[in-house]
Amino acid sequence: MKLNIVKDLLGARLLTGESDERLARFDIHSACGSDLMSDVLAFVKDQGLLLTGLVNPQVIRTAEMMDVVAICFVRGKTPDESVLALARERGMPILTTRYPLFIACGRLYNGGLTCGEE
Amino acid sequence: MDNKIILSYEIDGGNFSGAGEASSSVKKVLKQLGVDSDIIRRVVISMYEAEINAVIHAGGGRAEVEISPDKIYVKFTDDGPGIADVQQAMREGFSTASQKIREMGFGAGMGLPNIKSYTDEIRITSDVGKGTVVEMVVYLQEPVQK
Ligand SMILES: Nc1ncnc2c1ncn2[C@@H]1O[C@H](COP(=O)(O)OP(=O)(O)OP(=O)(O)O)[C@@H](O)[C@H]1O
Ligand SMILES: [Mg+2]
Repeated sequence: MKLNIVKDLLGARLLTGESDERLARFDIHSACGSDLMSDVLAFVKDQGLLLTGLVNPQVIRTAEMMDVVAICFVRGKTPDESVLALARERGMPILTTRYPLFIACGRLYNGGLTCGEE
Repeated sequence: MDNKIILSYEIDGGNFSGAGEASSSVKKVLKQLGVDSDIIRRVVISMYEAEINAVIHAGGGRAEVEISPDKIYVKFTDDGPGIADVQQAMREGFSTASQKIREMGFGAGMGLPNIKSYTDEIRITSDVGKGTVVEMVVYLQEPVQK
């Protein structure tokens, strides 16, 4: 699923300023929703998108170590500019949605991002 | 990659935001060397867990990384409080992290078990009141004898 479609399904706002054409070049095959970074780090599979309610810099670092393509913050959270700067340095698009974690994951799953399950 | 490459880092204990800089820098080096991406991930995730541990449990420390043609060796050394029962610390879910650390998304007691599952070898030596040494090895080829 293209990242611009993810953005639409979540009614999300982009915080890192990429164009829609640029977002469409990010292809997301799987997603992970968690507020526990060590839990995220326990799954070495390719993680396309990380959904989380945490907004500290270690979320960006965790995503970097895991080769996560993009992050979406849930419950309308937005990180500090310094955190966004860290993401920009890494070319990592950052989204924010007003939906809570469960609903955000559900909308993506319904939209077809099933990570090969079903 | 004929020669050994040796990297070393100081881990600042007073700066949670900066935790992960050493791991991030090692990731860049391994990428430039053309190391397989699965191996890179296993090394840097393990390093990152140990780096976070050094910051949140030990007030900082040092990291040394040795990249050889056949393996990557990483050693974290700190002068923190040490670990009284290493066996227990290795258990999934065991954590002494504070509430504040938990609110940041850490303290699930998953770090050391994660390192164990991602590396080929892990050795922890700790002296209570003196500090902890965490060593890990990831082989670039299948180890002859594991
Ligand atoms: N460098 C260290 N110095 C002192 N104690 C440590 C160190 N590393 C780990 N520990 C102890 O071992 C416990 C388990 O570590 P582990 O990394 O598995 O979990 P955690 O750091 O508590 O949580 P998580 O890694 O899931 O965020 C820690 O809670 C701490 O008590
Ligand atoms: Mg830990």
